[in-house]
Amino acid sequence: MRRPGLFHCNGESAMKTLLSVKDLKIDFDQGKRFVRALHGVNLDVAKGEVLGVVGESGCGKSITWLAALGLLGSRARISGSVQLNGDEIAGIDENALSRLRGGRIAMIFQDPSSSLNPVHRIGRQINEALKLHRGLTGAAANAEAARLLDRVGIANATRRLREYPHEMSGGMNQRIMIAMALAGEPELLIADEPTTALDATIQAQILDLLTELRRDTGMALVLISHDLGVVADMSDRVAVMYGGRVIEQADTGTLFENPAHPYTKGLIAALPDIDGPRRRLESIPGTVPAPDRLPPGCSFAPRCAIASGECDVAMPDFLPFGNGDNHFAACVKCRQEEAPVEAAPAAKVKRVLVPA
Amino acid sequence: MTDLLRVRDLKRHYEVHIPEGLFGRKASLKAVDGVSFAIEAGKTLGLVGESGCGKSTTAKLVLGLIPATSGTVEFAGTPVTAKHDAHWRALRRRMQMIYQDPLGALDRRLPVVTQIGEPFEIHNPEMSAAERTERASGLMDAVGLRPDQAMRYPHELSGGQRQRVVIARALALEPDLLVCDEPVSALDVSIQAQVLNLLDDLRERTGFAALFISHDLKVVRQMSDRVAVMYLGRIVEAGLPEDVFLRPQHPYTKALVSAIPTPARRGKRERIVLEGDPPSPVDVPSGCAFHTRCPIAQSSCRNEVPQLVSSGGHAVACHLVNDGAAAVVQAAE
Repeated sequence: MRRPGLFHCNGESAMKTLLSVKDLKIDFDQGKRFVRALHGVNLDVAKGEVLGVVGESGCGKSITWLAALGLLGSRARISGSVQLNGDEIAGIDENALSRLRGGRIAMIFQDPSSSLNPVHRIGRQINEALKLHRGLTGAAANAEAARLLDRVGIANATRRLREYPHEMSGGMNQRIMIAMALAGEPELLIADEPTTALDATIQAQILDLLTELRRDTGMALVLISHDLGVVADMSDRVAVMYGGRVIEQADTGTLFENPAHPYTKGLIAALPDIDGPRRRLESIPGTVPAPDRLPPGCSFAPRCAIASGECDVAMPDFLPFGNGDNHFAACVKCRQEEAPVEAAPAAKVKRVLVPA
Repeated sequence: MTDLLRVRDLKRHYEVHIPEGLFGRKASLKAVDGVSFAIEAGKTLGLVGESGCGKSTTAKLVLGLIPATSGTVEFAGTPVTAKHDAHWRALRRRMQMIYQDPLGALDRRLPVVTQIGEPFEIHNPEMSAAERTERASGLMDAVGLRPDQAMRYPHELSGGQRQRVVIARALALEPDLLVCDEPVSALDVSIQAQVLNLLDDLRERTGFAALFISHDLKVVRQMSDRVAVMYLGRIVEAGLPEDVFLRPQHPYTKALVSAIPTPARRGKRERIVLEGDPPSPVDVPSGCAFHTRCPIAQSSCRNEVPQLVSSGGHAVACHLVNDGAAAVVQAAE
């Protein structure tokens, strides 16, 4: 199978791969049997890039990254490879992993107040990260913590360091989580629904802050969200997940202007808009299948308007689509639809260029 | 057309205790602070705002679930009070509610068909059990639930299906008014579209009026005939969705609208980012409550509470907009 990541390796040197997830599979122990939640995910993040990951609940968008960081616990059986700058990090020992986590790769979550310890002051929690990853203690750590709070736009940093999480708003707590994530000077920040629990005006503040920090530090960002708007706004490249697989991946512009997979098209059509004339929403019928009850072929086939017999045979391969450089889709039908138009020869050339 | 629901200067203040100093102090939390609106029969009013702006409190006040501190709610010409007597129960029959969390609104130990038929049991006790089940099955069909799901329990259904059960139950008595408090916020995008389309279809078929509350501007625009934007317990702007969201006048609405990321706006929008958090409803700033975050606030904004001034069906509560408009009118004269 051709892998999308190889494109980046062949591209300009600026697009060097930072993190590469290869054929990641996750099975959860359900007592009597294992249920596969992730069916071989391939994803690459280039240095300084923003990769958006979208999908509905249960599609595997969060567990992909939790598994990559070894955070899934003992009930999950993980196979596949995760490489950071070419070094394998899947299955390495806990000590090495904890140096990595919060150091070179940091993660922030949806609900900041449950990620922070309610009985410790903010300052102590940030200092902990500074001690672990940078070896800073005492006055040096305090000064650095104050600088970090200032960096994420919290005024009165020294006073705020003495406060507890409950004394601050949700937006403030998310800023503190981002400050803690920055403490280890990470190369990659994984943000799992970072603004879902926040109000619209606060969401705008946090998205602006993330953009600004990324521009200044050059860190890469993986933005996991169910909100297509947030992903469209922030990402360079987008991966759409469904039923434990990546089903489409493209540059943000290509994905939203020329989506290939019927599921991606459906998601975009199901979203009400704020501008333009009001139209009836196009909903996708049915619901997301449970991980232990996936259909035999394409997992989207039962809900798909253009599915036919061949969709039920096997899960379609993740192949290049159209004439874009980085556009991949796992759908048999979308390529047939496209075939008669002039895009077909270009696609053929593309396939020759792709190293097998 | 006459108004089905008329709300005038509705206020709800809570007495709260603030742990401050040695003994703390008493303060008044102004959850809703002077809200007026009207809904015509068969029309939908959308209410948007951030958390803590008083949207849900307004919904509870409208239904008479909690007493108002002052102000009046009139439903079909009769006042709605929080006195839960026979008069109120008769009114409640015509006013139903849908909440955000369907699992919390359903009884986990009853099959869904029984729950959908329950309103008949309460408001129409002489109805036979067979007819009740038949009516409930008809409702299930109307909201797109399969007959084989009738004997399922809420935990056996998906989030979207549960919300359909709640909608079916709310529509059982053919209410005139449906209050929807964040009905699709807990649902995935594809399911959200299903439920919004369902509500739209049912409204067309049965003609209920709705008070549609959401923090999501896109969803509110999709559903509403008129919209009102709330900030700290007051309506700051109201009008047609096209006017309010495409040509916002109030600085808060402008920021709110510009802050919505959508795929269509990718890369070509100017986001107005407001500084700071919304103030606590316990310490509402003097004058215009928004002046602490407003990018164009002037000294008059700090002292005087702006009134909601309507021109051509588009109402705004902002000194700068209204004085400006007045100046324009004067100049024209």
